Amino acid sequence: MSKLLILIPAYNEEGAIAGVVTEVRAAMPDAPVLVVDDCSADGTLTLARGAGARVLALPHHLGLGGCVQAGYRLAFELGYEYVIRVDGDGQHDPRDIVKILEALEREDCEMAIGSRFVNGSSGPNFGTGRAFGIAFFRAVLRPILGKTVHDPTSGFVGVNRTALGLFSRSFPLEYPEIEALVVLQRRRFRFVEVPCRFRPRQAGRSSITAVKSLYYMVHVLLGVFVNVLKFEGRRK
Amino acid sequence: MHRLLNVAALFSLALILGVLASVRRAHIRVEYSVSWLLAALALLGLSRSAGALRWIGGVLGVADPPLALLVVSGAIFVVVLFRLSLRISGLKDANIALAQRIAILEFRLETIDEKVKATPAG
Repeated sequence: MSKLLILIPAYNEEGAIAGVVTEVRAAMPDAPVLVVDDCSADGTLTLARGAGARVLALPHHLGLGGCVQAGYRLAFELGYEYVIRVDGDGQHDPRDIVKILEALEREDCEMAIGSRFVNGSSGPNFGTGRAFGIAFFRAVLRPILGKTVHDPTSGFVGVNRTALGLFSRSFPLEYPEIEALVVLQRRRFRFVEVPCRFRPRQAGRSSITAVKSLYYMVHVLLGVFVNVLKFEGRRK
Repeated sequence: MHRLLNVAALFSLALILGVLASVRRAHIRVEYSVSWLLAALALLGLSRSAGALRWIGGVLGVADPPLALLVVSGAIFVVVLFRLSLRISGLKDANIALAQRIAILEFRLETIDEKVKATPAG
């Protein structure tokens, strides 16, 4: 069995999902591709299957965290060593998957983050609000993690089996990327950032609106501090 | 008696009747109806007892009995709602775990079906 699984969480991504699966399969022909369909109301599930992915179909909408965790749980049960998550909207360049895998194999870390903001990366420009949000959480996380994470909201993330086991049991459910870093830190797990190429989403619109951005910041900030205060299960 | 206390008493009675009707029609489970019934009975009792309200008002430093009733009933209903939020959070976690388990089992069942179909008969 392949040791790497490519995980693509998707919700109403019929405009992009087939292209993403095709690109991922071309970039990593030996790795199975699992699309976790978060009960899409459009043709995401059918198109993903048609493009050659296996599909884990959730019976109702769980949100991003629940969707990703379902994939992690399945991957852990099936014995995969590495899982790399690629967004279903086409923002991540699948040619960079190999760089994330190499980092997981080579570096002494449990998680590798595909980053837009380290040397060698590239991506579309953000609006002021998004850039402010990223800078804000970078500053919040710096003292908690003990080092700078340049791209805390990146969903282009690879984990090894140790982190996979943790996330299959405990994973933030609504806006998982930032809180997941704190969950890792509580276990003294390590992460590295890998420069990656990011692109504009290929179809559809981001679910994060202006009003939701404010809710997002408050929600994630609260989640970060709740995770910091959690004591149970901390690795001695 | 202050008009506000009469309104509170009527509201309590309506809440009690509404909860009992919901229990009878199985729209609310008995264990959740208990919190609401206790809260409504407490509100009803206080709204009919000027002495108790004066005593509570003295403890809280609130001179006006209707205002004391509002403070107490607000606190009671906040506790009931917080208890329900705890319960809903637990149910949501259980629901997510269940949905994930169903999806994983279906996935593994499909995989077995595909393997069985791919196995030559005989």
